[in-house]
Amino acid sequence: MKKQILLTALLLLTQVAYSERIDIIGAGASFPAPLITAMADSYRELTNQKVTVNYQSIGSGGGIRQFSEQTIMFGMTEAYLKDDIMESIEKKSGGKAFNMPITLADVVAVYNLPGIEKGLVLNGEVLTDIFSGKIKKWNDSRISKLNPKTKLPSLPITVVHRSDGSGTTNIWTSYLSSVSKEWAQKVGFATSVNWPVGIGAYGNEGVAGTVRNSPGSIGYVSFSYALLNKISYAYLVNSSGNTIKPSFSATTAAADIDLPEDTRALFTNTSAAKGYPVAGFTWMLVYENLDKNKAITNQNEAEELVKFLIWAITDGQELSESLGYAKLPQAAVKRNVAMIKQLKWENKPIGSQLIESSKLK
Amino acid sequence: MKINTINYELLKKPISLIYRKPGDRIFLSMAVFLGISIVLLTIVMAFVLYGESKEAITRFGVLGFPLKAVWDPAINLEFGALTFIAGTLFTSIGALVLSFVPAVAIAIFTAEYAPRWLSVIVDNLVNLIAAVPSVVVGIWGIFVFTPWMRDCVYMPFFSWSTDNFPALVPLLGNPIGFGMSTATIILALMVLPYTAALTRDAIRLVPREQREASWALGATHREVILMAVLPYSRSGILAGVILSFGRAIGETMAVAMLIGNKNTLPFTLFGPGATMPSVIINEFREAVGNIHYSSLMAVGLALFAISLIVNLLAAWISRKFAFAGGQMV
Repeated sequence: MKKQILLTALLLLTQVAYSERIDIIGAGASFPAPLITAMADSYRELTNQKVTVNYQSIGSGGGIRQFSEQTIMFGMTEAYLKDDIMESIEKKSGGKAFNMPITLADVVAVYNLPGIEKGLVLNGEVLTDIFSGKIKKWNDSRISKLNPKTKLPSLPITVVHRSDGSGTTNIWTSYLSSVSKEWAQKVGFATSVNWPVGIGAYGNEGVAGTVRNSPGSIGYVSFSYALLNKISYAYLVNSSGNTIKPSFSATTAAADIDLPEDTRALFTNTSAAKGYPVAGFTWMLVYENLDKNKAITNQNEAEELVKFLIWAITDGQELSESLGYAKLPQAAVKRNVAMIKQLKWENKPIGSQLIESSKLK
Repeated sequence: MKINTINYELLKKPISLIYRKPGDRIFLSMAVFLGISIVLLTIVMAFVLYGESKEAITRFGVLGFPLKAVWDPAINLEFGALTFIAGTLFTSIGALVLSFVPAVAIAIFTAEYAPRWLSVIVDNLVNLIAAVPSVVVGIWGIFVFTPWMRDCVYMPFFSWSTDNFPALVPLLGNPIGFGMSTATIILALMVLPYTAALTRDAIRLVPREQREASWALGATHREVILMAVLPYSRSGILAGVILSFGRAIGETMAVAMLIGNKNTLPFTLFGPGATMPSVIINEFREAVGNIHYSSLMAVGLALFAISLIVNLLAAWISRKFAFAGGQMV
């Protein structure tokens, strides 16, 4: 008798624990990983240990692949889904795949010029010519025209780029592509490209380390990395002709433009007057028909995923700047809400129900 | 004759009858299972690699892929592995050439000249180099070796040649420190322990009689080593060199960190380059497009094939030269 009671109690206990604990499994880009992990920690505390977000940073490519193979509940990528992947997912799941902006990546040009610690001004055309190998020396007239008060040395320019495939490269090359037709046709933009000149270093830390060690070099790293490691970075002239000092608010401003409904857009070389021109979204990938994603097994999980998503684009954004990420602009939050409203579980509109009950309404 | 028939009778019986004791049977089945599983694992690996790289192979051709030097993941999505195969061969062969003489010298010293206590110390220190993780070697390369080479070797040599031999400059390339020569030297350092250890073992296996015969003929210590010991052990040394070559081909992290990662030919001496493992580790994580991913897998398959050839070659050489080496002297 006693044994039986104990057993039932144990069974009940495990059941309670089981029904209470929910794991949200995601994977993808490594750039947002610190932010997502911090969000996951805060969110678990917020839900009294109930919801654990488990994020594996396996790279954008892996994220997209796992997402289409339905082994994860959400993917993360720094390059939005291409049309052919969107179509194949629509065929398989009967609904769209949503690309929801979660955070912003911004990339700065870092340089090593003895004596010029701050405030070197560059623009898109000059940067393209430097990265194409056409401008070879720092005292080139086109650079000195942008920096009339600075005395530039006659050092040769060494270009340092990322050797590993990276969303940072994607944003950087998409900026160069949007500034220069020639770059767009010859090199293009992607997570790794066929670089005309320069040497490749591994990771943000590799580029930063090489630039720091090599006088006369120029490279690109994500803004927070340059900030934390106190490397000189350039100010950029944006398409409206304003010289922009890189900052989180300038990055947020860059994305505060008229976005397409599915947010699959690049806004490098932004039209926003106060916007920093080298920035892009990092997207969370979610199925419209959540029940069609094999990784999500019941409605409860689907609802918790949607709740986390809503939290991440609202209160979760407060974590951004302390970790080196820019906040989402209102334009992106608006589009996200519209997409979340379309999320369904077995044709039940759980997305709009949860939006109704949240403060976003 | 009689023994043979008995053995034959025994062999005709099923295995379960030969090994009757349970201990025997468990041991036998474990050995067979583990032995076969290794073979299966290799076959499955090759098969998976082939399956994943099929898209690239059919699109660019079985020969077109390894013989084309183009790597464009952004615009035309065209891929060919020649750049990386060339980079791998240049750095690996260069590393072997650089490390061969020092490695053999170390082996001769520890096996022939050094007193026992010293040879133990030297052996262990050499083995210690092999135990250093390659990412640590890479970091040391980035922060210590590369800046030093740039300031003390590449830059002075580069400016000397611009003054005296301008024709040499295009061959030298950018002397920034990260490049083919840096990667090759680091690679040489990393394979040296392997060549040294295998050479030392080969030298120690030379029969005493071989040495004593030479002594008896009045040879000096140097002559004994050069004329009796080294020729006798040359198959072992060669096999060791080729196994080190296999290791150099596959070395990834340190090379990727130091080679400068330029995915286009031509390479220059000091300038950046790329190898097969380096491009895989660099681009695999973020290879978003299917054909890009498949091409990286195809590079992996090529690497697999080359490693296989190298290993087979090592086995063949050690068999082919083993007897001749002893008899010819």
